[in-house]
Amino acid sequence: MTVTSPVPVERNWVDSLKADGIERDDALADLHDLLLRAARFEIGRRRAALSHVRGEELEDLAVQAADDAMVAVLAKLDTYRGASRFTTWAYKFALLEAGVRVRRRAWQAREVVLEPESWPSFEDEGASVDRRHEAAELLAALQSAVRGALTPHQREVFTALALNEVPIDVLSERMGTTRGALYKTLHDARRKLRAELTATGHMEET
Amino acid sequence: MTDRNDRLERLLGPTGPDIGCEECFERLDEYVELELQGRDAEASVPGMRAHLDGCPACREEHESLHALLS
Repeated sequence: MTVTSPVPVERNWVDSLKADGIERDDALADLHDLLLRAARFEIGRRRAALSHVRGEELEDLAVQAADDAMVAVLAKLDTYRGASRFTTWAYKFALLEAGVRVRRRAWQAREVVLEPESWPSFEDEGASVDRRHEAAELLAALQSAVRGALTPHQREVFTALALNEVPIDVLSERMGTTRGALYKTLHDARRKLRAELTATGHMEET
Repeated sequence: MTDRNDRLERLLGPTGPDIGCEECFERLDEYVELELQGRDAEASVPGMRAHLDGCPACREEHESLHALLS
């Protein structure tokens, strides 16, 4: 008689997390371990942005991210559609929470400026006089479009996110709004600027 | 010309359909698994690539989930 090892079956996370007693307790503990692993992974990847932060604080950030991700996963459990493995679905919550914390911690002492701090140069190195002139015209057209085509809110959001490169989660916290709402504003502003630059002959129609 | 256009395109973001941050998060797990299976993830989630090109925060989360599972 031959004895074969049982084929490992992927755990039914949703059922275990909805069960009672020890099965649920075990699933919750394993879920938290999984989320903490993902949060540490993300903080490790973004460590360069937090070079001034002590290791203990980084671990605190990871634990907070895992805790909040756990709450989010449990609140959204009924929305899990099985389009990916459960662990992949759960990981993204931890990566989001950790990523937001890293960006906000890195900007904690920095001012968010809603006026342009610098404009990009459109001049290519070694460009001819004509090309430099074109680049200066393009920059002037962009500045004019930002001033004239955007609403004040769109101008602030475009300036902060696109020109000054403020992380979107930092701006959402300071403005008391969401990443999604800010991105929609940015998207609308970009569309208007593109239309304006196309109308003035500085961009080709797409 | 290319450098100049690249800088302008980066500032003005991608053209075409863009699913936005909420749907990006909703479908990120599915998208990354399809990518890792070598399948056409963009065909299943149209507008995801444009969003990742235009949103640095969502792009970072996409890169991280990809790296975590690789």
